Amino acid sequence: MKEFKILAVVVILSLITYWGVEPFAHSQMHKHVEGHNFVYDGAADIAEASKEKVAAKKAFWGEVNQIAKLPGNAAAGEALYATCMGCHNGAGINMGGVIPPNLDHAGSLYDKNYLIALIKDPAMASNVDHKYASTMMHPMGAVQAMVTTPQQIADVVAYIKAKKVGKMTPQVAYEEACGRCHADRYGNLTQLGATPKFKTEKEALAHQMKVLDEQDLIKKYMGKLPPDLSIMIRARSEQYMETFIENPQTQLPGTSMPRVGLTKEGYESVKAYLEETGDPSKDARHAIGPWVILFFVIFTVLAYFWKKHHWKDLH
Amino acid sequence: MAHFDEKAKPFSHKWLNERMAVDTVKKVLSTEYWIPKDINFLWAMGMILAATFGLLIISGIFLLMYYQPSVESAFDSVNYTIMNEVGYGWLWRHIHGVAASVVFLVIYIHMFTGIYYGSYKRGREMIWLTGMLLFVLFSAEAFSGYMLPWGQMSYWAGMVITNLFEGFSPTIAGGVANFPGFVEWLRGDYVPGQAFLTRFFMLHVFLLPLVIIAVIVLHFATLRLPHVNNQHGKEIDFDEAAKLYKEGKKKESKVIPFNPVFLSKDIFVMGVYFILFFYLVFFHFDFAMDPVNFDPADGLKTPAHIYPEWYFLWSYEILRPFNKDLGLIAFGFAQVAFFLLPFLDKSPVVAPANKRGLFKVWFWVMIVDMIVLTVMGKLPPEGIWTVIGLVAALVFIALFVVLPFITKNEKKA
Repeated sequence: MKEFKILAVVVILSLITYWGVEPFAHSQMHKHVEGHNFVYDGAADIAEASKEKVAAKKAFWGEVNQIAKLPGNAAAGEALYATCMGCHNGAGINMGGVIPPNLDHAGSLYDKNYLIALIKDPAMASNVDHKYASTMMHPMGAVQAMVTTPQQIADVVAYIKAKKVGKMTPQVAYEEACGRCHADRYGNLTQLGATPKFKTEKEALAHQMKVLDEQDLIKKYMGKLPPDLSIMIRARSEQYMETFIENPQTQLPGTSMPRVGLTKEGYESVKAYLEETGDPSKDARHAIGPWVILFFVIFTVLAYFWKKHHWKDLH
Repeated sequence: MAHFDEKAKPFSHKWLNERMAVDTVKKVLSTEYWIPKDINFLWAMGMILAATFGLLIISGIFLLMYYQPSVESAFDSVNYTIMNEVGYGWLWRHIHGVAASVVFLVIYIHMFTGIYYGSYKRGREMIWLTGMLLFVLFSAEAFSGYMLPWGQMSYWAGMVITNLFEGFSPTIAGGVANFPGFVEWLRGDYVPGQAFLTRFFMLHVFLLPLVIIAVIVLHFATLRLPHVNNQHGKEIDFDEAAKLYKEGKKKESKVIPFNPVFLSKDIFVMGVYFILFFYLVFFHFDFAMDPVNFDPADGLKTPAHIYPEWYFLWSYEILRPFNKDLGLIAFGFAQVAFFLLPFLDKSPVVAPANKRGLFKVWFWVMIVDMIVLTVMGKLPPEGIWTVIGLVAALVFIALFVVLPFITKNEKKA
């Protein structure tokens, strides 16, 4: 039938245009970064390392992979973990540019290899060694003097992986993994956590001052204030988010954002929080959408019979 | 004065008829507004545009209740207040965003239908010109609306487009076409800021919709006397055909009344369109809402790629491959080229393009060229894309230059 032929032409031309300006153009505009499924074995770091750095990266990740094979003793690790508590105590005090993260769910949030690498050499593990002439300058650099032997590292990580685990809400995952640098104003979060309700304006302003002070310290440490993540979920593609969080250097070479070392599970929790603040209508869309479409299907069928009725004696 | 029936009840049919001639009006605009029978679903695009415009107005009214035209709060009033706090705010925003994009797809289909069937000449020039005027007004409406969420792309698109109004370089023709200070006057500032946002807000929600509604009425009015074209470009004696129809000889008559016969088909096509439309609203709205615009406007951080929405890409690509002055000329040409169509097409033949010899080639080359320009307009201007873009832009200009020559000697089919 002629109408279907015309429809086919219109649809095909529209789809070609759509393909050209959406999937094709975006594939050309953004370089493709391969994800590595939240496995941290250093392969990506070695592949992208400069000539001067490649030997050091190979050696470092080689040792990390060796330590990963050692059987860790969680009980021995617990004693050592006490030294971590010196900084990771939840007091919320900025140390060397950033508040040390709360480790309550570190075993669920962070990958085992990444934790080993982080204790061994924080700058190398986070892939921000370009920022530091020596790792001791990293805010967490002091760990190298506290947990020294491969066995000690294996023990601490075994402890974290065994005891610092548990179910967490998306918001807790976000606050522990991202919240010390990134605000999420739609979630009422600053770098100091959730903003409480204040009785007086004076108290509110005093809190605001504390937030600004904290932001200044982070700015000094990071070079600029890391962006608010309220609707980052809509500003970046799924693939970008995933590969960026796995290894920020692949998407933004030279960035001071450290690798966070999230497990797949940890990433999913963080993503769930970003969706909560940045795209909260997802469930409602999926619930209402099919009904609205069904309504118009019925509408169209009825309209078709109405049209038939009026056109039946025209030809 | 007419005769009045003193006994007629106020607001009764008779009473109204004596005062407003409602029966005549109904006949003229609806039940005896004759439309050719020989049409296909492309003839429903006009009503689909009217319906989409209606959706834009309704959704726009709801958005307007919460939107705040301030550089401090515009971004959050859209992305937080409307999207997170207002009940179904997300639905209105997605309807508004998707409709703003889809309306251009339908406008292009409507426009190319007109070109294909030769519906812009032989008495239908004013329909075409008012239609093109609507295209320009919708473009301005879309652009001004794009400024309002005050994201990165709002800011930088606003910067790039207003920069065009600087005119030609001061060295060209002694600087007569260079307008120092004009860009700042337009923006109300040196860079897009509060004054800029407020005036585009005013344009978007008041002045432009008002003018658009007026021109839509004019567009309908220009259509009433020359009547809608038909699939074969046949000249129809509407009086005779109407007489046949009214005598009940519907089979022999070449026309149908607008209401209810033409409308019944329109509404069916509209139903199919709404299925697609709401599928996009609920499950595939991203194409109409660029991710870059979900980063707040930042005058110190230029996005890696600045590009307009898809419907402006073809004319953007005619501007881009040239240097500033040539680009401006080419861009200006692209804006008026379609307006001139009724005067560039020298052939008196009103028929589908496929029956018009060289014009058939012209039409399909034009369609392909528009698609190529659109795609190249989005791609980064690098390597082969620049070359293809330049060729496509030159082809576009050439198409409109050769049109009078290829249509001049066209023989009547």
